[in-house]
Amino acid sequence: MSWEIVMGLEVHLQLATQSKIFSGSATQFGAAPNQQADAVDLGMPGMLPVLNEEAVRHAVKFGLGIGARIGKRSVFDRKNYFYPDLPKGYQVSQFFSPIVCEGVFDVPLEDGSLYPIRITRAHLEEDAGKSVHDIFGHETGIDLNRAGTPLLEIVTEPDFRSAEQAVAYLKALHSLVTYLGISDGNMAEGSMRCDINISLREKGSDELGTRTEIKNVNSFRFVERAIHYEYERQADILDGGGCITQETRLYDAEQNTTRSMRSKEVANDYRYFPEPDLLPIVIDDSYIDTVRQNLPELPAAKRARFLAEYGLTEYDTNLLVPNHAIADYFEAVAESSGAPKLAANWILGDLSAALNRSELSIEANPISAELLAGLVSRINDGTLSSKLAKQVFEALWNEEGDTDEIIAARGLKQVSDSGALEYMVDDVIANNPDQVAQYIAADDAKRKKLSGFFVGQIMKASKGQANPQMLNELLLKKLEDQS
Amino acid sequence: MSVTSRDLEKMALLARLEITETDLPDVTERFSRVLSLVNELNTIDTDGVIPMSNPHDMEQRLREDSIAHPSDREALMASAPAQQDGYFLVPKVID
Repeated sequence: MSWEIVMGLEVHLQLATQSKIFSGSATQFGAAPNQQADAVDLGMPGMLPVLNEEAVRHAVKFGLGIGARIGKRSVFDRKNYFYPDLPKGYQVSQFFSPIVCEGVFDVPLEDGSLYPIRITRAHLEEDAGKSVHDIFGHETGIDLNRAGTPLLEIVTEPDFRSAEQAVAYLKALHSLVTYLGISDGNMAEGSMRCDINISLREKGSDELGTRTEIKNVNSFRFVERAIHYEYERQADILDGGGCITQETRLYDAEQNTTRSMRSKEVANDYRYFPEPDLLPIVIDDSYIDTVRQNLPELPAAKRARFLAEYGLTEYDTNLLVPNHAIADYFEAVAESSGAPKLAANWILGDLSAALNRSELSIEANPISAELLAGLVSRINDGTLSSKLAKQVFEALWNEEGDTDEIIAARGLKQVSDSGALEYMVDDVIANNPDQVAQYIAADDAKRKKLSGFFVGQIMKASKGQANPQMLNELLLKKLEDQS
Repeated sequence: MSVTSRDLEKMALLARLEITETDLPDVTERFSRVLSLVNELNTIDTDGVIPMSNPHDMEQRLREDSIAHPSDREALMASAPAQQDGYFLVPKVID
């Protein structure tokens, strides 16, 4: 049987705030256990939540960023369940009236096309604490630092038909929320966690099959693998005439499998009701307008502008835009050097390779935009050949000064003086009569190959400093004169 | 409106309440009576009435995003029955 995969995603996004959604505790990652949990976070009797304005603003920014309808009157609800890392016995969430309502998010795919994903809703909620099962023997340790961290849960319609689409969506979402500045997007620290709802159906059918939910997948790569694994698992069951059990499953990255979380099934009834300790959030048009006016340029707009303004290719644009810091860096180099295409090539080529080799992020890049612009300018004005430029790049990377200082110190100037080049060409022709004879006797295809010998000789003599384009023209002309 | 003993067992489990076998029939009966009473509200016509989420006719006030106070972990954890290395300890729970 041929199966079609149908998926919807739920992303839990940690919002970038100083303090928690309902208390004044800090949200910073990595503090000692329970150091950032106050009486509200611990669910002490009599404590009342007070809503953080920044969490609300971030949610509205997101809604406007995807062109969704903003819930003018949204309400918090209690989601009731018992677990030790949830001290109150309920999570404050939004069930009936979320702050962000339906919208559409256009996801750029690798081929440059846009794939529209319908967003069902996005709502504010508090995170739970963390349970540590493996260091206290027969007991579980509870750290409530994360309890009360503001989350935005972003829910899509079942619009995904492949793992690639799901990953493209997550990458685009990651890019959007970091542009908006509403999340640090640090996946390793759990700032973006994904639940995948996944079912199969016969190709051509428009009914949905029974789904499973894979919880808490926290990297793009794991999302892709978990989907592939779960597709195979469900296809095997269906091919064998079996039925899929609706359940929650956990992705195990080490084994690359998903396994059932049976214990949660019993209690899968959250008995939502309005949170009496909080009043409705009312958002008016003037608030929305103010947030809208302060939105930064978003990835889609930047992509369009890079294509039009800098004449970049679709491919380069797709690599430069997703990471805000790389896009800014590119723009600084392009503006300062006046050579956007060269700038893109160097950033995506040598610079990316060097950063990868040293496992550095763009933020830790030792070559400032101004320094790279200096290099690009000297290539652009013909001072440096691309070969010499690579040497200068190495020196810039090793922080040996700026481009002009490195050229001066190493005597790397490209020889573009036609007199000097002519002298070198004459010299190599005079010293290699056999090769010249071969060249003259050869046909066009062979000549091309043979000319490489002369170029090599001259490059060697000039220590790589001969301007390759001028050299080629001059050499071919001189060889032509011989025949 | 009537509920079965099974309904009640499920609700008791969700609410972490212990109801003994002997008490179950009586509690089920009384629970049903309360539900029937509340169910009378369903006979009221609520078409066009906006659901009330809070009895106070007010909007939520927001607080500035700032860290309000230093942590007082020791005082807050003083009443915990078990703790180690800054963690609260609970009987082992694992999915």
